[in-house]
Amino acid sequence: MLWPRLARALVRPPLTDPAPAVSADVVQALAERLDATAQARLGRSLAIRQVDAGSCNGCELEINALNNVVYDLERFGLRFVASPRHADVLLVTGPLTRNMREALLRTRACTPDPCFVVAVGDCAVDGGVFKGSYAVEGGIAAALPVDLVIPGCPPTPTQLLEGLLALLDAQATAKTR
Amino acid sequence: MTAFDLIRRGAPQDCRPWTRFLLTRPQWGALAEALAADPAPELMALWAEPAMIHAAFRSPAEGGLLLASCPAADGRFPALSPARPGAVRFERMLHDLWGHVAEGAVDLRPWLDHGRWPATAPLSTRPGAPPFPVPQPEFLPVEGEGVHQIPVGPVHAGIIEPGHFRFHVQGEAVARLEARLGYLHKGHIGLMLGKPARAAARFAARLSGDTTIAHAWAFAMAVERALGVAPPPRAVALRAVMCELERLHNHLNDWGFVCNDAAFAYPHARCGALREGVLRACQAGFGHRLMMDRIVPGGVTDDLAPGGAEAILAVIAVVQAELPALLRIYDSHASLQDRVVGTGIVAPDLVARFAAGGHVGRASGRGFDAREAIPYPPYDAWPPEVPLLETGDVDARVRVRIAEIGESIRLVRTLLADLPAGELAVPLPQRAGEGVGLVEGFRGDCLHWVMLDEGGVVRAVFPRDPSWLQWPLLEAAIEGNIVADFPLCNKSFNCSYSGVDL
Repeated sequence: MLWPRLARALVRPPLTDPAPAVSADVVQALAERLDATAQARLGRSLAIRQVDAGSCNGCELEINALNNVVYDLERFGLRFVASPRHADVLLVTGPLTRNMREALLRTRACTPDPCFVVAVGDCAVDGGVFKGSYAVEGGIAAALPVDLVIPGCPPTPTQLLEGLLALLDAQATAKTR
Repeated sequence: MTAFDLIRRGAPQDCRPWTRFLLTRPQWGALAEALAADPAPELMALWAEPAMIHAAFRSPAEGGLLLASCPAADGRFPALSPARPGAVRFERMLHDLWGHVAEGAVDLRPWLDHGRWPATAPLSTRPGAPPFPVPQPEFLPVEGEGVHQIPVGPVHAGIIEPGHFRFHVQGEAVARLEARLGYLHKGHIGLMLGKPARAAARFAARLSGDTTIAHAWAFAMAVERALGVAPPPRAVALRAVMCELERLHNHLNDWGFVCNDAAFAYPHARCGALREGVLRACQAGFGHRLMMDRIVPGGVTDDLAPGGAEAILAVIAVVQAELPALLRIYDSHASLQDRVVGTGIVAPDLVARFAAGGHVGRASGRGFDAREAIPYPPYDAWPPEVPLLETGDVDARVRVRIAEIGESIRLVRTLLADLPAGELAVPLPQRAGEGVGLVEGFRGDCLHWVMLDEGGVVRAVFPRDPSWLQWPLLEAAIEGNIVADFPLCNKSFNCSYSGVDL
């Protein structure tokens, strides 16, 4: 039965890991960038729209894992949204296939400004192993300005959290100035 | 004369472990006709080289595969799609990648080529100029009162791979679904050509990230068979441990997601937590959560880390202990059962015609599991028990996977209890050869064919993901169901986009 298990869960310690620390350099660099562009203030919350632009699905597995109870992304004010129209962040994976270029650009056009583009995974950085193929552009930056890069093949959920927290902290730092 | 007799009249080529027979074009044409008359031989894969078409068949009565080839120097060959519906997407792909035209084909609309590449037929010896303007996709027409279309994708609402689904809907019921894929085409085959086998293995490991182990293993198996070497027993056992862990974490994930798509959150939360435990044990044992690049032609790169076996055994004990309670919850909630039972039914005869493998086949009466039907080490010594259901609905696919979770746990325990000592890899000789590897991944059978030249470099290759033969059945499963049940159907299949987009 479900109800006894739910009742027991109320008195048990949570499964969720403590939050990872964030590199001060990354925060500083991002804060300056934000300050310089004087973006509109969003508050300490980010809505994320994920776009697969050619990934092997490895990055998606780890991004999905951020939503499980162990990482519990929403406790940081970060959440995945179903439409780019609700998003502050585009989390883009893959080497950017030529067949996905238009879809990515249209997704960006649907996302209100200010919008941060985060390139996730080695492929999204520069094409990774797929660099040089006739079918890929060779990284997300070939189509969109990238604000943050989270490398890895695939990056672990902890690395993803570090990157996203850095983005959040940078935004908060920019706001208090 | 049966189709297999016709194939065996061709000129035998040295492909291991299954001979490839080179037919003449009239013989291939006769084969296509014989296949139309005899439904038994299953088409497992259809692929090409610049001047040659290859196909892999399986006879359920004989076991093992049979390969056939047809010369296509002028870019034409008799189509197999009138006799085998599973050939349709392969033939569209052959045209898009190599420029080969299947004469008499059921459907020759573009598939992978969306008109965005710098050239058409990029793998042919003479690529052409891309079309201008970029052509719009054409979908099969639907007629009837009140029919309207719902276009979905390629960018979806969830965190999943991109693909376009075109629904034709009458009221709430789906009259026809047609998928348009190809958005993830990265040029896998082109990148593997001309590379040494070890380097090409990195691409096999990234054909579909959730199946990285099974694809890397199937590719390594094809290379090892082509070169006539056998991986050491310890490497074989470690490969199987990794493959069963991959099956375990994917089945847990998808079971949770099916429940989530019915808005039932508890199993999703628990499956997510259990799966995270499995991935952390993989990290502890093999140094990578998805165990990417651990399998290479010749063996494995790393031994099981100290403490790894204990971590894996501890986590599978936790999963096993919770399974009965989760299953009781899945069984005892009418709101969930109402959504999954009788939804997205795939008829057994359709599964048989498409030779669909994995849980899609085994939930609809096709009991094929490569580990048991065409056993390879170590499963020849430890065959799995293969669950088989007939109802073919979302619930049946989920139950097949739950049964497989239990089998994977048993196999991991068995393998770790009796892990052979010795080397992790053998060196690869530098010589020519041709081989086929067939490995049962969590989705189904992964079939890799490779041809190496004298320098040990990949001359031709084809990785066939099981989803090639499952995707078309999703279109059949949703027919007559309501649009709101599509996520359930889709997740119960969980076909790979990247794996078939190549």
